[in-house]
Amino acid sequence: MTMAMTEAETHKGFIDVREMGVTFGANDNKVVAVDNVSLNVQPGEFVSLIGPSGCGKSTLLSIVAGFVKPTRGEALLDGKAITKPGSDRGVVFQQYSLFPWLSVRKNVEFGLKMAGVEQSKRNTTARALLDLAGLLSFENHYPDQLSGGMKQRIGIVRALATSPQVLLMDEPFGALDTQTRVVMQEILTNIWQQFRISVLFITHDIEESIFLSDRIYVMTARPGRIKAEIKVPLPRPRTAEMTDTPEFMNLVQELKGLIREESLAAMAPEIRDRGLSGFGMKVGPKGVGEIF
Amino acid sequence: MGSTATAKIVALPMVDKQADPVPAAVETKASAAQVSATGPAATQMPIPEPEHIPTVSLTRVFVNLWGYVTRERIITASLACISIGALFLFWYLGTKYRLEFYIRFKNVPTPYEVYQQLTQVGLSNKYLVNIAISVRRILLGFMIATAIGVPLGLVIGKYQRVRDFFMPVVEIMRPIPAIAWVPMSIMLWPNNEASIVFITFIGAFFPILLNTIHGVHSLDGVLVRAARCLGASEIRLFLNVILPGSLPHIFTGLAVGMGVAWVSLIAAEMISGQFGVGYFTWEAYSLVDYPAIVLGMITIGVLGLACSGIIRMVGILLMPWLAFAPGGRR
Repeated sequence: MTMAMTEAETHKGFIDVREMGVTFGANDNKVVAVDNVSLNVQPGEFVSLIGPSGCGKSTLLSIVAGFVKPTRGEALLDGKAITKPGSDRGVVFQQYSLFPWLSVRKNVEFGLKMAGVEQSKRNTTARALLDLAGLLSFENHYPDQLSGGMKQRIGIVRALATSPQVLLMDEPFGALDTQTRVVMQEILTNIWQQFRISVLFITHDIEESIFLSDRIYVMTARPGRIKAEIKVPLPRPRTAEMTDTPEFMNLVQELKGLIREESLAAMAPEIRDRGLSGFGMKVGPKGVGEIF
Repeated sequence: MGSTATAKIVALPMVDKQADPVPAAVETKASAAQVSATGPAATQMPIPEPEHIPTVSLTRVFVNLWGYVTRERIITASLACISIGALFLFWYLGTKYRLEFYIRFKNVPTPYEVYQQLTQVGLSNKYLVNIAISVRRILLGFMIATAIGVPLGLVIGKYQRVRDFFMPVVEIMRPIPAIAWVPMSIMLWPNNEASIVFITFIGAFFPILLNTIHGVHSLDGVLVRAARCLGASEIRLFLNVILPGSLPHIFTGLAVGMGVAWVSLIAAEMISGQFGVGYFTWEAYSLVDYPAIVLGMITIGVLGLACSGIIRMVGILLMPWLAFAPGGRR
């Protein structure tokens, strides 16, 4: 945090989630997705939210983005309650979300166009960002002509084009293959190093969260609560070699332990109650049908 | 497909330019070879050779490309000719031998009679005015249907409450064919012209409306969310995301709507009309002018083909990205 303060302009972008609860449905169909979660992202800090699938981490991000309203509690950005989506929060989605009818450059320009920025200025900004993403030579291509990794790089710089105070990323590399993922993580950490804006990053990949983050929140299985908060003391800028250090390995082990408990819990309660060892072996009083 | 086709068309004239150097290059090579064969002075000659050799291979690339293009096109064009030719042959043989096997060719005019009719009538004012009037009715009805159907479809597709309000009416009106509107239309509208345009409108309207609604529904929700995050206002969202995102389905609706509009127009012209191609055809039947019936039918076919062709071309021009969309190579 102190590191971010010295970066002059980037003293905004403080995300504060307070005692947040989200419930879907009503009466018998009621599902508690998120239960009493409090977390924060300091200005210029890279924070990951990690947890088993279905733990409500994406729901939490949707609330900060302004798509979903919480049932209880509130989400604040720089002290102001978040009520709707806005260009002060850039969002990168797991699915490819580029507009297929716009060229790559027009996609990056989109936010600026919405803000009423004139064409020549939009063009300059978009080209600079595409250069940063290493995709300037593809500026006139359509998204469908690009690979998944390229699309997500454009998705990231498109979200950065309007100079948001925070960047919200919902498993942005979830759809990519392992090799592309690793490269994308390096590209992201380099881009972040230049912008130093606050990032809330959702993932279920342990190595990814450690490599990128200053701090990691571990969530429980549904209903999602904060199970642990872990600081990542690795120095910056991060490099690929760091993933081989004992420090990194220890963090991976620590997180793996925490996540495994929750992943088991996230499976159907039937499996949890019988224990994994009994899966398929022990048959309940009503036969196999009850298990499945 | 569309863009590659245009690229090939662009490449074609270049073939003509490149075609010339071939004999020239071959000649110089040949003459060089001759000179080298005749005397030692030929050793001074090889200088032009390296310049020409790549030209030859480049030309060959173009020639190959041209060969590929024409081969594909020759197949496509010849198949089209064969299918149309078979239709004409059936017609010709049927009328020549006056076939009678449940279908009766007894009174059907021969292709030549129809051709004669075209040369006599084809340049007459009456025929051309009828075409012009039909086209005007189609354009009016179709454009009004587009102007109402597309925006309404976008709004119905986007807002649940608007959908709740409009869809019951749409669902009741939709199964009523445009032809069934003819008597009501004559009652409703002050003159014949307005009532025919209205029937054409009805025919085009529902396919356009329903395909537009479908286009909005099939738009990936993440694009709408992405646009909102990038600061798009409600109007901007419609103009910059929902409209272009629905465009492929809208064009499907326009193509289908154009077809139904012609069906409706011809029926309306036959029943209530004065002027128009449908009226021309029906009048020919009343006057026992059989060749004119077939001429009218062919005219309708050609006009309908031209209209849907224009829509398809506009669609390709407006949506160049579809050439790269998954499964989008039409």
